[in-house]
Order: sequence, then structure tokens, then C-alpha cells
Amino acid sequence: MNFTLSEEQTDLAGVLHGFFAAGRRDLASVVDEVTDPVDLVVVFEEVGHHAVAGPLIETLAVVPALVGGLGGGAGLGSGAEHGSGAGLGGGAGAGAGAGSKAGTWSVAFPPVVPHAVEADHYLLVEGDTLREASPATELSSVDPTRRLFELTAGPVIATEVPTHAFDLGVLMCAAQLLGLGRAMLEMTTAHVLARTQFGKPIGGFQAVKHHLANVLIGLELARPLVHGAAVTTTTRDVSAAKVATSDAAWNAARIALQLHGAIGYTAEHELSRFLLQTRALRTAWGSPSLHRARVLEAL
Amino acid sequence: MDLSLDAATIEFQAEVRSWLATHVRPLSSMDTPDGFEEHRAWERQLASARLSVVSWPAEFGGREASLLQWLVFEEEYHAAGAPGRVSQNGIFLLAPTLFAFGTDEQRARILPAMARADEVWAQAWSEPEAGSDLASLRSTAVRCDGGWLLRGQKTWSSRAAFADRAFGLFRTGPGERHRGLTYLLFDLRAEGVSVRPIAQLDGEPGFAEIFLDDVFVPDHDVVGAVGDGWRVAMSTAGNERGLTLRSPGRFLAAAGRLVELYRKNPDPALRDRVVDAWIGAQAYRLHTFGALSSPPSGPAASVTKVFWSELDVALHETALDLLGEAAPGWRDGWLFSLAGPIYAGTNEIQRNVIAERILGLPR
Repeated sequence: MNFTLSEEQTDLAGVLHGFFAAGRRDLASVVDEVTDPVDLVVVFEEVGHHAVAGPLIETLAVVPALVGGLGGGAGLGSGAEHGSGAGLGGGAGAGAGAGSKAGTWSVAFPPVVPHAVEADHYLLVEGDTLREASPATELSSVDPTRRLFELTAGPVIATEVPTHAFDLGVLMCAAQLLGLGRAMLEMTTAHVLARTQFGKPIGGFQAVKHHLANVLIGLELARPLVHGAAVTTTTRDVSAAKVATSDAAWNAARIALQLHGAIGYTAEHELSRFLLQTRALRTAWGSPSLHRARVLEAL
Repeated sequence: MDLSLDAATIEFQAEVRSWLATHVRPLSSMDTPDGFEEHRAWERQLASARLSVVSWPAEFGGREASLLQWLVFEEEYHAAGAPGRVSQNGIFLLAPTLFAFGTDEQRARILPAMARADEVWAQAWSEPEAGSDLASLRSTAVRCDGGWLLRGQKTWSSRAAFADRAFGLFRTGPGERHRGLTYLLFDLRAEGVSVRPIAQLDGEPGFAEIFLDDVFVPDHDVVGAVGDGWRVAMSTAGNERGLTLRSPGRFLAAAGRLVELYRKNPDPALRDRVVDAWIGAQAYRLHTFGALSSPPSGPAASVTKVFWSELDVALHETALDLLGEAAPGWRDGWLFSLAGPIYAGTNEIQRNVIAERILGLPR
């Protein structure tokens, strides 16, 4: 029994925090070949912590797992012969660990994940069948930075896709929500310390304190579920983590908005990016209701 | 990260499980005179198997179990539906204080008797005018030949009507509020002590008021330094809020029972609450595993206290909503859960602690 992050994992979070805070987004230059789920949730908590947009879950975790799990026989479209090099490395030539197709990847799992986030390349998983796909109709998301597409099915790549790829996507989404919630708690704590009304910081009022204490409790008790699911990778634990982080992060968003007041309701304030992404991710990779059903079924 | 149990812990788990399977039997409410004695006998049975205080040193009746093993013990204990611990205030609140602040003489005299439930301890913190604001307490201890004389009134003391001894804070001066307080132990049957039972929600005398009229306490029953009682007591408060008093085992067992209950009475409108109760218990369990290297105390214990107490209420409320008013097997647990957000420092006080000491908001 050792249920704490290693020094290397803690360092990784610190490095990523500095990296994103400096405005950089080329993840592949700092992390490469990350396949361990615990390492991945550390990465994705920081992705959320900085509200980094884009198809990162798909490119860095899900597609490598899909393709890597196929073994040597399957190809990823033209020139991508196999995905044995699955891993985190969104940069040059490693989009899906697939060799020749550089850039970002997105994947839909209808009906649970009906649409794909905008990316350079698309995949579609229907039942056990993995297909190439191309974007068709564009839909708008509650988060305007997320461009969504209905996909048109293309050629079949494989007929027995690894089932853990979807769960990995759910878990990364949970980790990202945790990071988003933490960011909004930090942002709001700073705001209530700085914002003065009635002659004192509003953070001195008990109503404000209690709101933020509840946000902290929700996030602190959601994190062990994310880490635990990364260790066990069972459907039950992954779904439990998604339920808890969806609720904790969305509560963080609501309280953040309430305590910022009108400034938080503006597009110019950075809270808007975090709040809208949280709302989108809350139902991405399966709604809380779907994941509660999966937990109950597994019990 | 690794969630697996080592061989020694698995062996210990098997021993505990098998012992409980052959010994657990239903007892009457420990908040009644007869039930209290039944629970005392149960504690002695546990002690004879060296299972009453597994984490303590062997010399005091324990078996030096690791914190992980203690958690495993608790999971097994609650999963088996074993009786409530009538010794809990002593074992979980006073004993940690004695390990940290007591003398060798106090530990040798008090702990073995506590482990066998020969002496059952009650807490004596609150007073009629000192609840959340405990530092405003007014009961005094006045120096006398060879010890102290206690005078004042304590209240909301759980099972003091049946217990043997009590621990609490008394004003010895000089200074106000947190200063000039001393942590003292006293005999509930000593001359000058009057105990008046108070019926709780269910009508059973689970609480008591304690009236103290020049009750003599010898010097050897002062814990820690005279005047240092606030610091000594707060170490106990952290234990009460943290995992020692409310291990995840209680909630894991109840959540498991709730899921079973839902399967027999599947009301779809209550599905989310059932699942959330299970997830909450699992979250607290994993959080506790994460804290094994540094058990929560102080502000971190406030985080868990709010969480487990609200989880407990939600869990039992859901069971009652599934079952209706008769609620066989759930009524006592439900009643007890309602007290959780109040005792060990109200959840409002805990939220203040979290906001001020973790988030750094102004006092």
C-alpha cells in the first residue's frame, strides 16, 4: 500500500504547471511516451488546471490506447502501419503513435461520445469496430472553444478495438475536471482576498468562507477517486471518478461565478474559459447519469 | 502507487474476519444501563482476543498494528455489523492525548484498564454557555493540598450517566479564553459529582449533564502542563474529527448495505443518491489511504469531518427514503448520523477552519 504520488509524478505536475503558465502548449516537448495511467492523470490534472483546449485526451491518451492495443496487424489509414509506439507525444509524427500521421487526433464513440472535437484526424468507434472518419456537420458546444463535428464513417481499421481506450478517455476527462475545479478555487480565493466591500475583503464573510470550504472539500475528496481509478483502471472506479469530479468541478464553477460577481460573467475575465470548459467536460465522455449507471451495474 | 495489502496485513485481516464471524452478536442500545454493560462485556471479549486496541503498544493491550492494519480492522469490524464501541471516547480521544502528553505513570495506570473497559471514559468539554466557543468555558479547578478542586457544570457528555471516569478542560488561570486552561481527569463517582441523564431524540439517556461541586482531583490526574490544556485538548479534537473516531469502515459497510437495499427496493428516483453514497464512502476510503503517511490532523481533519458527517446523513436519509418510517436496521444509525454535523466541532466551525487555515481567508 502506497497511495501517494511519487516524487517524479509530483515533479511532473510542477514542470507542466510552469510550462502551461508560460503560455506554452507543445506538450510533446516536455512529456513523451507517457502511458502509465497514474502519470497520465497527473498530466491531465495540469491540463485542466490551465484550461488547455483541444483534443488532448484523444490525441495523448485514447487514440494511443486504441491503436496501441491493436497490436502490429492493424494500420491507421494511409501509411500508418501499426501503433505499437502508442504513447504521449502529440508532436512530430507521433499523433497516435502511428508513425506517419502527425498532428492531433479525435475520436467519437457514439452514442456516448456522439461528436468529435476538432482535430487534424478523426476516428470513429462503433461497437467493436474502429474506422477512419471525416468531419461532417459542425455543432456548437456550450464552450465556444470546442468545435464539435458529426463524423462520417470511413474505411474499417480494425474490428476488435481495446475496450480500455474509452475508459482511459473518461478518466482523463475526470482528471481534467479536477484541475479545472482546483484552478477556479485558486482564482476565487485570490479574488475574495482582493475584493473589498463594506470596508473589508469579502473573503472575511462567513457565507463566502463556507462556499469555498465546500468547494475545497469536494475537490479534495474527488482526487483520491481519480488516483484510485488510475491504479485499478476498472470501469466502476473510472466512472466513480468521473461522477465525483463532474460534481466537484461544476460546484467549483458555480461558486466561483457567484463569488466573482458580475466580473466573472464577462468574456474578458478568464473565469469564463474555465467555467465553460467545465460545463462541456461535465457531460463529455458520458454524462454523470450514464456513469452512475455504470457504477451501479458494476457493484 | 499501489493499493494492494501486504502479506502480514492480509493475514491479520483473515484473523479479524474469522474472529468476528464467530463472536459478533446483537446487543441492546449502549445508551441504556443494561445495554451499556453488555457493551462493556463485549469490549472485554475484544480485549481478550487483543482486538480492542490493535494499534496500541503490546504492553497496554494492543498488538502494534500499523495504521493500515487498523483501517483494515475497522473495515472488517463494520462489515461484520459488530457493536458500537462503548470505549470509543477513551480509546480514540483520551488515549492519543495520553500517548502525546501523558506521563509513563499515567499510561501504565490508565491505558490497560481502558483497553479492557474496566474503566469507560466520558468526555467533558461542553458547558451550558460554551459549545462551539469552547474557550469561553467557566468551570474551574482550584489548587488544594495534593491536587485540585473542580467546580462548575459540563454538559452533552455522552454516556456519562454510565461511564466511570471523564476528561475535560478546566480554568486554572491566569489568563482568559485559551490561556489558563488545564486538562484534567476525574472520577464520575467521586464525592461532589452529580450526573443527570438527558434523553436524546430517541428517548434514551445517551447524554448527561455533570455538576461538579469541589470534586478532588489528585495531581497525577493532570494531563500535560498546568495551563497548557488548550493545546493538549486540541490534539484530541483533531483525533475526534479525523480518521481515528470515524474510520471509513463505518461508511463502506453502510454504503454496501444501502446498495443491497436499493436492489430490493429499486426506486429509480433514488438511484443517484444511492450511487453517490457508495462513491462518497469509496472517496473517503481512498483519501484515508492517501493520508496513511501523514494522518489528517488540524485543518486537514476538518475537511474529512465535514465530508464524513454529511455523507453519513445522506446515506442514512436515502435508506429511510427507500424503506419508509419503520426502516428496520437503519433507525439507530440514522439517529446517530444526525449528530455528526454537530459533535466534534460543528461543521460550520470546521468550514471556518478550512477557509482560514487552508485557504488563508481572514479571520
